[in-house]
Amino acid sequence: MNRRAANGADVTTGASAPPLQKTTSSSPGRSPWISYALKRGGGVAATFVVAVIMTFLIVQLIPGDPAVSAAGQNANAERIEQVRQELGLADPLWTQFANYVGGLFRGDLGTSFSLNAPVSQAVFSRLPFTAGLAFLSLIVVLVVAVPLGMMVGIFTRNGRRPWLGSIFGYSTAFFSAVPAYVLATVLVLVFSVWLRVLPPAYSPGNLAAALVLPCVALSIASICAIARIVRRETAVVLEQDYMRTARGWRVSPLRMYMKYALPNLLTTTLTLSGIILIGMLGGAISVELVFNWPGLGFGIVKAVSMKDYPLIQGIVLVLAMLGALLTLLVDVILAIIDPRIRA
Amino acid sequence: MTKTVLEKTSEPTVEQRETQAPSNLRWNPGLVVGIVLFTAVAVVSWTVPLINVDAASQLSKDTNLPPSGSHWLGTDLFGRDMLARALVATKLSLVMTLGATAISVIFGVLIGTTIRFAPTRLREFSLRAIEIAVSYPSLLVAVVIAAVLGAGPWQLVLAIGLSGIPSMARLASTLAATVYERDYVTTARLVGVPKRSMIWRHLLPNMAEPLLVQIASVFAFGLIAISALSFVGLGVQTPDYDLGRLLADGLPAIYTRPLEIAGSTVMIVLVSLSAMLIGDGLAAGADPRLQSLSRAAAKKPAYAPVAGIDESSSLVSVCNLTVSKQSGEQLVKGISFEVRRNEILGVVGESGSGKSLTAMALAQLLPEGLSAAADELRIADHSMLGAVPNRTLATTLALIYQDPGTTFNPALRMGSQLTEVLRVHRGFSATKARQLILAMLERVRITDPQRLLDSRPHELSGGMRQRAMIASALVVNPALIIADEPTTALDVTVQAEILREFKRIRLERTTSLLFISHDIGVVEALCDRVIIMKDGELVEEVTADQLRKKHVKHPYTRMLLDAVPRLDERERGEK
Repeated sequence: MNRRAANGADVTTGASAPPLQKTTSSSPGRSPWISYALKRGGGVAATFVVAVIMTFLIVQLIPGDPAVSAAGQNANAERIEQVRQELGLADPLWTQFANYVGGLFRGDLGTSFSLNAPVSQAVFSRLPFTAGLAFLSLIVVLVVAVPLGMMVGIFTRNGRRPWLGSIFGYSTAFFSAVPAYVLATVLVLVFSVWLRVLPPAYSPGNLAAALVLPCVALSIASICAIARIVRRETAVVLEQDYMRTARGWRVSPLRMYMKYALPNLLTTTLTLSGIILIGMLGGAISVELVFNWPGLGFGIVKAVSMKDYPLIQGIVLVLAMLGALLTLLVDVILAIIDPRIRA
Repeated sequence: MTKTVLEKTSEPTVEQRETQAPSNLRWNPGLVVGIVLFTAVAVVSWTVPLINVDAASQLSKDTNLPPSGSHWLGTDLFGRDMLARALVATKLSLVMTLGATAISVIFGVLIGTTIRFAPTRLREFSLRAIEIAVSYPSLLVAVVIAAVLGAGPWQLVLAIGLSGIPSMARLASTLAATVYERDYVTTARLVGVPKRSMIWRHLLPNMAEPLLVQIASVFAFGLIAISALSFVGLGVQTPDYDLGRLLADGLPAIYTRPLEIAGSTVMIVLVSLSAMLIGDGLAAGADPRLQSLSRAAAKKPAYAPVAGIDESSSLVSVCNLTVSKQSGEQLVKGISFEVRRNEILGVVGESGSGKSLTAMALAQLLPEGLSAAADELRIADHSMLGAVPNRTLATTLALIYQDPGTTFNPALRMGSQLTEVLRVHRGFSATKARQLILAMLERVRITDPQRLLDSRPHELSGGMRQRAMIASALVVNPALIIADEPTTALDVTVQAEILREFKRIRLERTTSLLFISHDIGVVEALCDRVIIMKDGELVEEVTADQLRKKHVKHPYTRMLLDAVPRLDERERGEK
């Protein structure tokens, strides 16, 4: 049987899907890593450039007069004019853009209206909380989802234990249908209100305990989605000819699954998981609100409701960068596992 | 979070897609449950508030009531019925989600398919742009759009709808690309069918199935995202309320009145679960592999002795071997043969004759669901009908498979795979094992064995891989090598080279060889004795000499012999 999964990967993730089909020997001379790094680096750079342009356009696209909108409903003409100056909206478009980009190079993201402080300061004080939460959740998701999906895949191979397959199928469908903030609310209800074992919100004194519920709320849906992918990929890999070869060498089951099956199913799994993991950053927006978590997600919600445009721009830019880096991380892991991608 | 479609990891092949009409839905429990659930929620949330118009909005003195007969979910701070509120909220959420889904799907499909007809430059650029757009978290994009447009129901629909366009466009363009290359589309292109009718008549109908799956997941994500934005206060504003708003309203009171979040929580989960079940169901219907997953359980291959073991001096002794399916259908129907020490036995037959199954039964490597029974099934002193230690199996018996393109693990270096048995079962260190396999690779005339060991399978040619396989079999020094059509998947010139390696094995005579082939010419040149199989039965056993002189009795053997085209006697077996 061929790697049918490769088709699916292509359909769902398009050009970023690594070519899984066999390639003949890689071009000699130049290390494949160099062209790979250039390609991926270019992708990240393009993502960043587009993010810069889009965040710049946020202010321009506001219907009506952005200065009026930003100054708030009760502002007088004087205040509106002041906001216009602060946002640099009086300048021609190109000058505004040049100033914006120039500011970025100096690390200047503008000044937040609501905080009356540099945006960069606000963003970078919040960044560790979101990056930490996202990274921890990423680890939790991969550490739980891959072994879980693999075990279920192995136990249910070739239609064995249909009951296990059904339980797994329906329970993961259920949990991936529960939005992160709903789960977060329920978790608070159960573990903080009823059982009183975990704090319901961020508290600086007890960071570790406060991390548990947000992390769980953010991870569960992704764990289910990825475990389902892993299970299916396991079923595909176990049918491959090379697994029969390994059986022919009478390799112990543990060695067979860990050494011969795992690397092969990780490739497709990670390719498909990239988007899901990026989606977790979006999930952080609502989860942070439930737990009063002082991260960028909560920050952007506040910034939007206060129409603090410089702060919105700064946070969006940093979150987009975080997403691009996460994608890059997944791609690099993929390239390490599967050398065919580099070629 | 296009979960549902992400899991649909395989596309139906072109043939499957063309033989079945796009409307050919295959029903399965998940799909039915999903559709029933969705319809029920939609109908109830539409009709009930119409009957009991005021319950959701009318303020009353019955504040903070616990659930009762008249208020199933109790009432809120203002005495409004919570169940009625949940249903009204569900209706608004459904309407908004449908609107957002429509925007994502219509524009996404339009952009995705139109790109295919654009000039190459523009197409490449658009694809890149879509790729970049997809790499941003779509909820973040939605927040940004909501920030620009302001808060409110239609702004929310627009925000979520627009943020869903890129992923839809990407799927549509990928699907369109595969459909676009098919013969009938090419024909339509050549005869000059206009673009618009190309899209409507040829592309869309053939993309319908995967698109439907994606639409279901866009809907599920849309509901979650719309509720999320309302929940964080960037969407629907009071006095309007959808499910997210309702949940957020209940949140501050979670310590005192936890039940207030029950209605909205359950409704969000129900709607998104039904959408996901529908998506999964559609995907499963389109993917035959998933159906085979849920088929009746297959048992481990079973081996059963039929009678007592009979001692003999041959290396392999097979007596009355049958291989049967679970249904009882026999694929190998009681065959007997033996392989003497250092003998090369050929097994010939067309595909489906049971020759590979015979070998796999002997190696205890039958596919699951098949079982073997025999009076005797023995290699050296070990009965293959019972449990044999892995170490014994691995060192007594080595296998060479048909297609060297798929027999090696693509993710591992050759060195690690080729030395597996040496290290695990023979107990050699990695260094020693590498030395041994290096020597053996040189013997099978691999020019740069060091480089081969450091390569991964895809970097090698088919001939190199098959030689490596032969080396890995020889290096273990097994009593028996089973070669299952080892040249069939190779080019003709490479076939000749590989056959030369087998002839060397013949000359050196250090092991017995069971050589399976459908090519009687090859077998006759290589083997000492040949058994001919047809439909699971052994029809004739002859020596190579008899074969050469065409001293065969069975008409089938004669037919096989006559089917070999040859130019002159000398080239026999080389072809």
